[in-house]
Amino acid sequence: MSDARTGRPGPLAGIRVVELASELGAYAGKLLADMGADVIVVEPPGGHPTRAYGPFVDDRPGPERSLWWWAYNTSKRGVVADLDTPEGRDRFRRLVASADIVLEGEPPDRLAGLGVDHTDLRAQRPELIWVSVTPFGRTNPRASEPATDLTILAGGGAAWSCGYDDHSLPPVRGGGNQGLQTASVFAVLGALTALVHRDAGGPGQHIDVSAHAATNVSTEIATVSWLLSGDTVQRQTGRHAMTQPTMEVQVQAGDGRWVTTGFAPHSADDYRNLLEWMDSLGIRDEFPEAFFLELGVERGGVDPRSLDGDAEGMAIFGAGRDALVFIASRIGAYDFFVGSQQRDMQCGIVFTPEEALADVHFRERGFPVEVHHDDLGRSFTYPGVPVAFRGTPGQVTRAPRIGEHDDEVFHA
Amino acid sequence: MSTASKATSALGHLRICDLSGQLAGAGSTRFLAALGAEVIRVEDPVLQGRWDIVRGSMPYRDERRGIELGGAFNNHNVEKLGVTINLRTERGRELLRRLVAVSDAVTENFAAGVLARLGFSYEELKAIKPDIIYVSNSGFGHTGPYAGFKTFGPIVQACCGLTATSGLAGQPPAGWGYSYMDHHGGYFMAMALLAAVVHRNRTGEGQWVDMSCTEAGLALAGGPELLDATVNGRTQRREGFPDSNHSRSPAMAPHGIYPSAGDDDWVAIACRDDRDWTGVAAAIGEPWTGDDRWATLEGRLAAEPELDELVARWTRARSREDAVERLKAHGVPATWVARPEDRIEHDPATAAWGLWPTAHHPEIGDVRVDGVPLHLSATDWSIRRGAPLLGEHNEQVFCGVLGLSREELDELAAEGAI
Repeated sequence: MSDARTGRPGPLAGIRVVELASELGAYAGKLLADMGADVIVVEPPGGHPTRAYGPFVDDRPGPERSLWWWAYNTSKRGVVADLDTPEGRDRFRRLVASADIVLEGEPPDRLAGLGVDHTDLRAQRPELIWVSVTPFGRTNPRASEPATDLTILAGGGAAWSCGYDDHSLPPVRGGGNQGLQTASVFAVLGALTALVHRDAGGPGQHIDVSAHAATNVSTEIATVSWLLSGDTVQRQTGRHAMTQPTMEVQVQAGDGRWVTTGFAPHSADDYRNLLEWMDSLGIRDEFPEAFFLELGVERGGVDPRSLDGDAEGMAIFGAGRDALVFIASRIGAYDFFVGSQQRDMQCGIVFTPEEALADVHFRERGFPVEVHHDDLGRSFTYPGVPVAFRGTPGQVTRAPRIGEHDDEVFHA
Repeated sequence: MSTASKATSALGHLRICDLSGQLAGAGSTRFLAALGAEVIRVEDPVLQGRWDIVRGSMPYRDERRGIELGGAFNNHNVEKLGVTINLRTERGRELLRRLVAVSDAVTENFAAGVLARLGFSYEELKAIKPDIIYVSNSGFGHTGPYAGFKTFGPIVQACCGLTATSGLAGQPPAGWGYSYMDHHGGYFMAMALLAAVVHRNRTGEGQWVDMSCTEAGLALAGGPELLDATVNGRTQRREGFPDSNHSRSPAMAPHGIYPSAGDDDWVAIACRDDRDWTGVAAAIGEPWTGDDRWATLEGRLAAEPELDELVARWTRARSREDAVERLKAHGVPATWVARPEDRIEHDPATAAWGLWPTAHHPEIGDVRVDGVPLHLSATDWSIRRGAPLLGEHNEQVFCGVLGLSREELDELAAEGAI
C-alpha cells in the first residue's frame, strides 16, 4: 500500500492559512500544511528567532540550517513582514484579506497594541477564522505569566504522573515539546471546527486556545481519579501513575534494549503460547516455574481480579509474568516484541523515534518520506503526513527559506 | 436534534455513527460531541457494552459498582447518545446499515479487520452511502506487517519513540505515566475526521482515513531530535539519553525540575536566556550567582551539573510556593509540579477557563469532567450531559432518526437485535 500515500493533494487543499511564526503555533501550522492547506508563515526580517534553535544541519549554525525550523515548518510557504512598521502591518493586512484562517501565538496584548488583532481585522471580514494560541488563554487571570514547554507540562499536570518508582528522583518532563504540541493540536481542532461550521453557513470566529488547559485535560487517570474519588496518583517507572502501586512492566531484553510487557498473561491461551514460545527457543527446561504455566493451561487461565487467598492461582499468575521477563532476557528486544504480538500478547519495544521511522512496518505503509532540499542538493528522511488519508494523501515538503515566497505571494 | 442548543452549535449539522471506544476512540467523538455534533455511540448489548473495557471500570464515585458506574467512561463519553445493536444478527446489521445511510461519518478503533469481518468494510460503507467518511483508528493502521498487532496507550508510546525520549540521564526510560497517546489518538482522529469533512464539503467525496496511533505518535515524537538522527546521523540511543528535563532545542540552563522542602514537592524552572538568568540570580540572591561563568548560556551549559546542584540547594531550602513566587516576580518561567488537587481545585487559570464542567449522569449523578481547552467566540462548546446508559437512546435514535415504529422497536428487542 505504500503507493497509496502519494498522488492527490491533502484534504485541506484550497484552504489558506496565514500564520505568524511562533513557538506555540508552529506545529499547528505544520499539521495544517501537511494536510494540504496553503500555509503562509510570516516572519520578521532576518527570520524568526526559532531559526536560532539547534540542532543544525552538519552542526553548522545558521538560520537556514535549524532543524527546529525544518521540523516545525514543513510544507509551508514563507514571507517576511515586520509588524513593528506600518509597511509591515500593511503587508500583513493584505495577506489576511486572502486568508480563511489566521493562526498566531503572540503574547496576549501585542497585536491589539499594533492595531492588527482579530477585533481590528475581522470587522471587515466576518467570515475570517482567527486562532490564538497562548500559554493560559487571551484573557486569563494568569495570561501574563511567562511559560515554556517545561512549565506547561509541570504546571498542567503531565510531569506529576511521569518519572520513577524512586521518588527521590524528580518527576519527568516527557520529551519532544509535548506541551507546545498539544496546544497546537487543539489550535488545529479549533480551526477545522470553525471551518466546518462556516461551510454550513455560520460566521467566522475567534478561537482562544490555552496550552495550560490543553495539558490539563490530557492527563487521563490523574484527573479522573481526583474528580471521582479525590485520590492522587503516584508516579511509577515506565507505567501508569496509579493510586496503588502496580507491578513493573518495563524490562531489559537480552540485547540490552527495553521492552514493555503490557497486560500480564492470564488466559489458558496465554500460558499455552508461553510454553510453546519457550519450546521453540529450547529454553523451557531452564524456566523453573514452567510447571505453573502448565497448571494455568489446565485451570483454563486465572482471573487476576480474584486471586485473594488462591495461592495456586497467584503462583500461576506470577509465573506468567516471570515467563515474559525470562523470555525477554534470552532474546533481543525486537524478537520479543514481534514474538509476543504473534502470540496475541500486547507487548511493545521501546524504539527511539529514528528506529521507529526506519522500521519495516512504517516503511511499508509509506510513512517515512524523503524530503528534497533543493538548496542543499540533498534529501533527508522525515515523518510523513501524520494520518493516512486514503483518498487525499497529500505530501510533505521542506520548510521555507526566509522570505522565499515574498515575490509570488505579494506580486502575484 | 434534541435540544435547541445543538442547532446553534459549531458542529450541530454533523451526525457520527460511532463504534469507537476506550479513550483513543471515545476521546475523538467526545470533542466533536462537546462542539455539538450528534454522536450516536453504538454498543454491543450481548457484552453489555464491554467491547469498551473502560465501561464499568474504575475509578468509581462511591461504593457502587456496575456497567453504568465507571468514572472514566462517563468522562470520555459526555454529550453522546447511546444505542445498542447486536451485529451478530442480520436485523442488527440492517439497523446499522440504516444508521450509516443517514450519517456523515463512521468512526471505530477496533483491531484492524474487525469491522470488515462484521460486513462493514469501507467498500461496503461506501455502497450504503457514497460520500461516507470512514475513520478507522488502530495501533498500527490497517496495512503493513504489524496491522494485526494489538496495542493500548503504553504500547503505542513505546513503539513510536515517546517512551525512549522521556527520562533522566543515567536512568532507564521513564516514559509517560499515563496513556498520553490515547488522548492524542483521539485528537488526531477528530482532526482527521474534520479535515475529511472539509474535503467532502468542497468535492462531494468521502474517503477512508486509515489512522495509525503509532504514526500519530511518531508525528509527535518526530521533532528536531529525530531530524538530528536522519540528517546528522546522531542517534538518540546514546550515552546520557534520554535527558528530557534539560533543554537542548532550544538550549536553556538552568532548566529542570528541582526538589523543594516539602514531601515530594518540586519546582520547574526554565531560564530561557541571559536576561532570565539575571532574574534567577536576583531571585536567589546568593553570592555564588555573581560568578561570571553563569552570565552566559555557554558558561551555564558548560557547567550544567554544578549549576543544577547549586539551584537545587536553594530550592531544597524553601517551600515550592516561596521559590516559585520569587522567580515569577523576576519574570522567570517557574511553577511547582502541580498535583491533581493543585490544578483542579486551586488554580485560578483553570477555574476562570471553566475547565471542569459538571455533567449529569442518570446513575452516577452530577460529577465534574474534563472540559475543552479552547473557546470559540460564536459557537463555544458545552458539556452538561454525562455518558449515555447502555441503550439509553434506542427509542430516540431508532424511532426518531430512523423512523422505526414502537412495535418494530419492541420486535427488535424481543429478537435480541438491540
